[in-house]
Amino acid sequence: MNNRPVLILGARSDMALAIAHSFAKEGHPVQLAARNPDDLEAARNDLQVRYSVDVSLHAFDALDTAGFEGFLDALPALPHIAVCAVGLMGEQAENETDSTAATQVLRANFEGPALIFAALANRFAERGSGTLVGISSVAGDRGRATNYVYGSAKAGFTAFLSGLRNRLTEHGVHVVTVLPGFVATKMTEDLDLPAKLTAQPEEVGEAVLRAVKSKRNVIYVRKIWWLVMAIIRNIPEMIFKKLKI
Amino acid sequence: MKLSGWGRFPTHDVALSAPRSEAALQAQLAEGAAIARGNGRAYGDSALSQTNTVHMRHFAHMLSFDDKTGVLQAEAGVLAADIIDSFLPRGWFLPVTPGTKFVTLGGMIAADVHGKNHHADGSFGNFVDWIDVMGPDGKVTRCSRRKQATLFQWTVGGMGLTGIILRAAIRLRPVESGWIAQQMIQAENLDAAMDVFERSQDSTYSVAWIDCLSTGAARGRSLVMLGEHAALEDLPKPRRKMPFQTKDKRKLSVPFSLPGWLMNGLTVRAFNALYYWNGSRKAGESLVDWDSYFYPLDAILNWNRIYGRRGFAQFQCVLPLETSRAGLNALLEAISEAGAGSFLAVLKRLGPQESRFSFPMEGYTLALDFPVNARTLALMDRLDAITLDHGGRFYLAKDSRMTAETLRASDPRTDTFEAARRKSGACETFASEQSQRLKL
Ligand SMILES: Cc1cc2nc3c(=O)[nH]c(=O)nc-3n(C[C@H](O)[C@H](O)[C@H](O)COP(=O)(O)OP(=O)(O)OC[C@H]3O[C@@H](n4cnc5c(N)ncnc54)[C@H](O)[C@@H]3O)c2cc1C
Ligand SMILES: NC(=O)c1ccc[n+]([C@@H]2O[C@H](COP(=O)([O-])OP(=O)(O)OC[C@H]3O[C@@H](n4cnc5c(N)ncnc54)[C@H](OP(=O)(O)O)[C@@H]3O)[C@@H](O)[C@H]2O)c1
Repeated sequence: MNNRPVLILGARSDMALAIAHSFAKEGHPVQLAARNPDDLEAARNDLQVRYSVDVSLHAFDALDTAGFEGFLDALPALPHIAVCAVGLMGEQAENETDSTAATQVLRANFEGPALIFAALANRFAERGSGTLVGISSVAGDRGRATNYVYGSAKAGFTAFLSGLRNRLTEHGVHVVTVLPGFVATKMTEDLDLPAKLTAQPEEVGEAVLRAVKSKRNVIYVRKIWWLVMAIIRNIPEMIFKKLKI
Repeated sequence: MKLSGWGRFPTHDVALSAPRSEAALQAQLAEGAAIARGNGRAYGDSALSQTNTVHMRHFAHMLSFDDKTGVLQAEAGVLAADIIDSFLPRGWFLPVTPGTKFVTLGGMIAADVHGKNHHADGSFGNFVDWIDVMGPDGKVTRCSRRKQATLFQWTVGGMGLTGIILRAAIRLRPVESGWIAQQMIQAENLDAAMDVFERSQDSTYSVAWIDCLSTGAARGRSLVMLGEHAALEDLPKPRRKMPFQTKDKRKLSVPFSLPGWLMNGLTVRAFNALYYWNGSRKAGESLVDWDSYFYPLDAILNWNRIYGRRGFAQFQCVLPLETSRAGLNALLEAISEAGAGSFLAVLKRLGPQESRFSFPMEGYTLALDFPVNARTLALMDRLDAITLDHGGRFYLAKDSRMTAETLRASDPRTDTFEAARRKSGACETFASEQSQRLKL
């Protein structure tokens, strides 16, 4: 079981690398896919030295949807587990006025991740096994003034994952939706996040590994987020529309 | 942001950065007197700089491992815990380890840490082949005992004050199992404990826990723990197939700060008596997994919070062999008189060591924790004086409160260190709150 390859999409992200470490530690070979994969050489070497597993690097651009089948064909093996950490927060203010910027955010968080998973899903279903892990976001649970472009794309991805799960269960393919809450990564480096609500990338790595092993469907990394989101989702729209959160 | 060392005292408002590349690190040095921060396990202010604290967490790649020689090349931010995780299953352990595995390679070199095997193997620096150091000008120099030897010697034990350690090569120790064959010996007082240490120079590991409140003829009663890496044949048959598998214990954690009054003399007295009683019941030989043996406190995450929000300070000195008996007795007497006893009183025999600025020297080292308050601060001043009277010196990785005068009185190497820093220009680029307090 532990010799099954794990594909990590968006592998330069701190979260993605922490997930790669969790699986490599269990002995899984790892395929790291990212734009400009060459500068992941140090990360690759690190994984190999630490865990004596095979690690390969692959060029992957989530906006190059036409290249997806070719990308999958070129992998050393069809993975058993695929994790998509691709995401782009963007600047909400810019997204409101600049449709090119907004399109980038919508595509990087929804279109790209959804379509690469669609392609993987078909191959997994044909084989009759596999696990897809999508890193979505609690921002997709309810649109807020401060980040609804990003949030709505994540909402789309979350719904897509839920649909895939529903479709693929009978084909032996499992889908995990990860709603990380705040995580201390490059994306959030300059934000002042509340410590109790903020997970370290390593916590996400461990949580994803556990979720895959125990076939969880939807996970929050820190449990408190379940409560936070239950409250946020249940605020009546009449009130919600006036809140600044 | 507000930041402290492990003792949560003192706390400073620091500018904290975590560069992700050598170029970013170089640029960061221009932002004002800088100090590298590993995992913040030094107790006091060694890894704090109000102007420029540079966290090394993004320099945490392993570079190579040679499983014939056990030589590991890694970046400075790699944790001891990660080294064990990766290489113990392949039959290698740290050659020297402090009492927590949550320290970085850079931190172990900068403090030139000692373990329970110092009398046999010396300090961490003995197992370092080379170090890459980023100096005041941002240039990276590889130094070793042979090349750039001066930089190497000042950097090992230099508390981050010679530059930023980027990478190093260290030699791991081959082991046959993840188990330690431990022998626990009760010693009715300090003399008895020291006799056990002197008799046990052949043991790889030795350390004693002291009940520091016992008085009179029982002053310094302790449990001395000796240990050896268990060989395959020392393990019960069923374990020999998986000699590196020791169970994963669940971690307890202290989620909030307990009030400081919990740590007053009475509670500590009760704790000590209980510990002693409990320990003596188990006296004798046993097989202990590496984690419980080397890192008992790591099982309780954030145990530093049990001292409450005001934080705590550790006192650690080493006394030369000739004066150890008298000096330790005087220290213990002062502590029990003050009734401010300490949860953790650890005694260790150190072997000979020649180094430019490292802490260890041949003799005995005593380490104790105190909750910070006016009374314990005064007591620690008194302990400083006793240490000076007996020709001892102090461990900077534990210090948070000593004066520059005390340091100079204890250690003639201080002025040479300061001069070397002036000569290399390091004194302008690298400084910690500690180095400023101690005028280094
Ligand atoms: C529970 C506990 C038990 C301990 N037991 C022992 C023991 O048995 N023996 C012992 O010797 N010590 C012991 N220590 C002390 C500890 O080993 C040292 O303080 C060690 O330096 C901590 O490493 P760190 O990575 O957390 O470094 P930090 O605490 O972050 O920094 C410590 C010093 O190292 C410097 N430093 C860190 N990284 C770098 C770098 N990359 N380049 C240059 N300088 C750097 C810092 O500037 C600072 O001066 C113990 C500490 C604790 C909390
Ligand atoms: N950090 C948080 O608090 C948080 C919370 C909830 C959800 N998330 C989600 O968690 C995931 C990981 O994020 P992170 O926090 O680690 O931030 P991150 O470092 O910004 O990671 C996002 C990754 O997506 C990659 N990416 C963006 N556009 C791409 C494209 N067109 N093609 C290929 N890769 C692309 C980026 O690659 P490059 O390195 O090449 O730019 C980057 O490595 C994201 O999906 C994010 O939305 C994060």
